[in-house]
Amino acid sequence: MITLTQVLILAAIMFSISVAGIFLNRKNLIILLMSIELMLLSVNINFIAFSYYMDDLAGQIFVFFILTVAAAEAAIGLAILVVLFRNKRTINVDDLNEMKG
Amino acid sequence: MTGVQFLFYAFAAMMVVSALMVITVRNPVRSALFLVLTFVACSAIWLMLEAEFLAITLVLVYVGAVMVLFLFVVMMLDVNVSRLKEGFVKYLPVGIGVAGLLGGMLTWLLYNIEASDLKTKMRTLYPPPAKAADYSNTKELGEVLYTVYVYPFEIAAIILLVAIVAAIALTFRRRTKTKYQDPVQQVSVKRDDRLRIVKMNSEQKK
Repeated sequence: MITLTQVLILAAIMFSISVAGIFLNRKNLIILLMSIELMLLSVNINFIAFSYYMDDLAGQIFVFFILTVAAAEAAIGLAILVVLFRNKRTINVDDLNEMKG
Repeated sequence: MTGVQFLFYAFAAMMVVSALMVITVRNPVRSALFLVLTFVACSAIWLMLEAEFLAITLVLVYVGAVMVLFLFVVMMLDVNVSRLKEGFVKYLPVGIGVAGLLGGMLTWLLYNIEASDLKTKMRTLYPPPAKAADYSNTKELGEVLYTVYVYPFEIAAIILLVAIVAAIALTFRRRTKTKYQDPVQQVSVKRDDRLRIVKMNSEQKK
């Protein structure tokens, strides 16, 4: 039998791994996007867990919408990445410093 | 340890290890492939939590579409990997520190909730009674989605449409070098555009 706490701890570990990923790969835009996907996934695990243990479908509906928004976000983020690479030939975050005020 | 628990721990370990590989591996292609493994393990855990529809959706939509998109982009871009990994060692302590603090605090909190007397008060800590054999998660989800949540559902559709338009508009480029015929111009051409009658005097040889 899996208890709610075990699932929540798993989600917490996943979330902290993705936070570490953002810190470690702050030069690489692709890995940053992947870390954001991991974060969304760990939040989704929480929603599904509560939906199951409270016997309420609202959590699963919410995960459905989060998946939709995450897919849209990934599509637009990667499109921006491609345009960026086409114009500047780099995806290194350090080279993208033209907008500092 | 029961079978279900063993499966849960196995898939959870798979998830954590592959997530760690995602953020540490040098090659972005391998990183994307490990992310696929993470999603697959996660969908197995969702299956155990009786969210069958979303588990399949995760595999179909995320692994089948989003991660393929990631792989396409990663393989199309010709990036210098060694430059991108420059700050890795420098930021390792702070990354581990922040993540350890966050994860430790969350885990400690959750563990203590289970250990305290809240355990008896919170009925949600234990799984609900098993559903009937003909219970369909997809059907229930659909019934709620198209009645109570129909308005957010429409908004989600609009968001996806906007994302499609935005992604195409961002990456679309009109090629200037290619030559092609424009049938409209070809058909609508007038005689005067092509032909010029010049009046001139006849030339005489001297």
